[in-house]
Amino acid sequence: MAMQDSTGAVKRVEDDRFLTGRGRYTDDIGRPGQVYGVFVRATHAHAKITHIDTNAARQAPGVLTVLTGAEVEADGLGGIPCGFVPGNGPQNMPERPPLARDKVRYVGDMVAFVVAETAQQARDAAERLDIGYAELGAVVDPAHAQDPGMPQLHEDAPGNHCVSWEIGNKAETEQAFASAQHVVSLDFRNNRKAPNAMEPRASVGEYDPGTRSYTLYTTSQNPHITRHLLAVHVLGVPEHKVRIVSPDVGGGFGSKIPHYPEEAVVAWAARKVGRPVKWTASRSEAFMSDTHGRDHVTHAELALDDQGHFKGIRVNTTANLGAYLSTFGALSATYLYACLLSGQYKIPGVYAHVTGVFTNTAPIDAERGAGRPEATFVTERLVEVAARKLGIDRAAIRRRNFIPKSDFPYQTPVALAYDLGDYNATLEEALRVIDYDGFAQRRQESERRGKRRGLGFSTYIEACGLAPSNIAGAIGASIGLYETAEVRFSPSGTVSVFTGTQTQGQGHETAFAQIVAQRLGVPMANVRVVHGDTGEVQWGHGTYGSRSLAVGGSAIAQACDKAVNKARKVAAHLMEASETDITFEDGVFSVAGTDKTKTIGEVILAAYVPHNFPLQEMEPGLDERCFYDPKNFTYPAGCHIAELEIDPETGEIAVANWVAVDDFGTLLNPMIVEGQVHGGIAHGIGQAMLEEVVYDSDGQLVTGSYQDYTMPRADDLPAFKVSYTETPCEHNPLGAKGCGEAGAIAAPAAFMNALTDALGTEDISMPATREKVWRAARSRTAMAAE
Amino acid sequence: MPTATMTVNGETVSREVEARTLLVDFLRDHLGLTGTHVGCDTSQCGTCVVHIDGTSVKACTMLAVQAEGRQITTIEGLASNGDLHPMQAAFKAHHGLQCGFCTPGMVMSAVDLVNRVPDPDETTIRTWLEGNICRCTGYHNIVKAIRHAAREMQG
Repeated sequence: MAMQDSTGAVKRVEDDRFLTGRGRYTDDIGRPGQVYGVFVRATHAHAKITHIDTNAARQAPGVLTVLTGAEVEADGLGGIPCGFVPGNGPQNMPERPPLARDKVRYVGDMVAFVVAETAQQARDAAERLDIGYAELGAVVDPAHAQDPGMPQLHEDAPGNHCVSWEIGNKAETEQAFASAQHVVSLDFRNNRKAPNAMEPRASVGEYDPGTRSYTLYTTSQNPHITRHLLAVHVLGVPEHKVRIVSPDVGGGFGSKIPHYPEEAVVAWAARKVGRPVKWTASRSEAFMSDTHGRDHVTHAELALDDQGHFKGIRVNTTANLGAYLSTFGALSATYLYACLLSGQYKIPGVYAHVTGVFTNTAPIDAERGAGRPEATFVTERLVEVAARKLGIDRAAIRRRNFIPKSDFPYQTPVALAYDLGDYNATLEEALRVIDYDGFAQRRQESERRGKRRGLGFSTYIEACGLAPSNIAGAIGASIGLYETAEVRFSPSGTVSVFTGTQTQGQGHETAFAQIVAQRLGVPMANVRVVHGDTGEVQWGHGTYGSRSLAVGGSAIAQACDKAVNKARKVAAHLMEASETDITFEDGVFSVAGTDKTKTIGEVILAAYVPHNFPLQEMEPGLDERCFYDPKNFTYPAGCHIAELEIDPETGEIAVANWVAVDDFGTLLNPMIVEGQVHGGIAHGIGQAMLEEVVYDSDGQLVTGSYQDYTMPRADDLPAFKVSYTETPCEHNPLGAKGCGEAGAIAAPAAFMNALTDALGTEDISMPATREKVWRAARSRTAMAAE
Repeated sequence: MPTATMTVNGETVSREVEARTLLVDFLRDHLGLTGTHVGCDTSQCGTCVVHIDGTSVKACTMLAVQAEGRQITTIEGLASNGDLHPMQAAFKAHHGLQCGFCTPGMVMSAVDLVNRVPDPDETTIRTWLEGNICRCTGYHNIVKAIRHAAREMQG
């Protein structure tokens, strides 16, 4: 039956094309007459452009045009906009031109775009561009970006200052610290990460002079927002004159949310040369120009009483925003960060102050977790350090401070109201799976082999399912954050479902087809999921913030339910029964108390070939749509426990055990959920152990390739032990909370808590490279010997 | 311009190419075999792995003209008569792929591993995959898929 093939861990419908090389990513697209573009990027972090001579490049073989900031200005293109202004405190918002005009502000900033018949010709011609620079001195370290005498990036951002922002109950927090018996504090840098979707960004632009309209194929998590920003703000054309198509997208992790200047230049260049133009980033370009994540400098304190009850948490963070504001600007550094600092705990005073600064580095925007990993790191590291300082068991101190089940809904001092959760349940299950009681023995066994073993917890919370539109507006987003869905039928009974979310590997074609199949009782094979094309999908807000199922899936569920309601009327007419007597189950309408039935297929046929249809009462057809605006955020939460073994002789870290117990509410497809958890943990372990974007003091990017930036490889990671508890979300029709970011949010804190446990020192920073671990292990050995 | 002639997925192909054309660009741009991907420019990521005379090779590490006369198999040539190769089937069964971008290279690399080591243990698999980066899966299900495929391929 239809219901059975759509329930649970259904294998993915998109896999066959990916496994046979028939996926269609942006760079796989070739349009008739297509030519190729190459960006010429700044080689200095901060410099005045003294001259650009394009003559030699223009005369190179195959070259069609060379575009610079002068042409941008002549054609009146707008700047690349930022769509978020934090709801409290002023923000400096310097303009970001599509191509640099007078000045470059980071290595990778775009100076020119060379278009030629072949990619190789464009690359060759780009080498012939003569650009003169006068260096202005670079601002790299966010902690010193506002120091007197530092070079200034933007005239309209004095002191390299973007925003000062605060949240929480400051007076109560100060009082908590004044009366605290214990205060623990930490100073650290949350290391800068590169999202590193395996598919580099790419765009193919096309212009139809007949209709004066643009089509842009592009690697986007967010096609409709990209269309809006590109059409209205940059090109200055009506929104319906731009179509954005995001075909298969090879990972995003936040880096494909923003609207980038490259997209604007490619679309514009296609109009200028009258041919389709393709640009594909090299990995080197990706490291330079994709948005990065994290990069906070933080001082954090936790106040406790004698029994280890948390009384207050106080945080001061300087957040690097890079050289320009990206699409979501300071959102990750403000609301998505500090509103989560209360964690899973009842803390009377929570206060955070964030300063966002400009530096001569690539723009920072959302990266898997986006603010929430940084918040979890603050809170969970403080909790672990406090447990050690006060001599309280790390599980016990958490139990003592958890928000009890009876206190939900719980209003935190930092804006969020958690709807429900059961934090003890995830903790206890994680303790059981890791065999917490057996750890002391495992540690002894490691020590007998000359190794050191540590255990680290992270009882994290996240706010997902972005977002109630009224809240999005109140905090400064320029958009609503509802999601749209539309279901359309064909007479033969197939269903097309249109969603404004966009997949980059999360399996939406499977998960959303499951929802439709379950709600309508049709076979999954009869369902087509349509996304990633503004020419097909009415409107949408894309995929990020673990919102696709909780918000986009809820929209689909409700659109289906509307269709069933109409179909019920049609079924009643067909069976000459009262609508109130019609039941619907597994795709079959029945008249209660009779043996009369009509399948959904029969009803669809009757609705689209309305020979026998109540035409006086209803229009033919069953198509329905839904704009679903969530009532609240969702609050996935859980407990990750890391168990590490380090070799003090080499600094090597072996991840001996990784236990994840997460509460994502109701699981639609547990196979996909588990994959999301695995991938998230890998991101988190990567951040803690391996990954860091490094700029030198001149602002040169040191980690510009996979030879210098360490990605987690298969032999860096363990097999993960993943399980769940389930408290279904009560404010959406699926009970779903979201699972895409949990691992990345939980893992860095769990990892560093375990590592510092093993090393016996808190004094080690992310990424905990072998050298750092070796040095830390040696210094403890040296101290012990003294 | 020199001519590159080779057998790709069982068919002899011959194209005039610039001498500097990489094999991966030859496959993608000249033959339209876009299943072989480009994920980096330093031969690290492994998304371009194909088989040359049955051995896995990163197609970005050689020129098209260096493949003269060789037998190339790309991901498009792995399934036979519409049936997935056991490695492809195992990746699907064990959710060893998400965005699919690293997948062709992973599968081609894994097939070569199992040809060399018929029943690889977890450590062998993880070590072998050093040259293939996946950002989505955390490798857990890729390792699982390869272990299952190995048993299937033996049977």
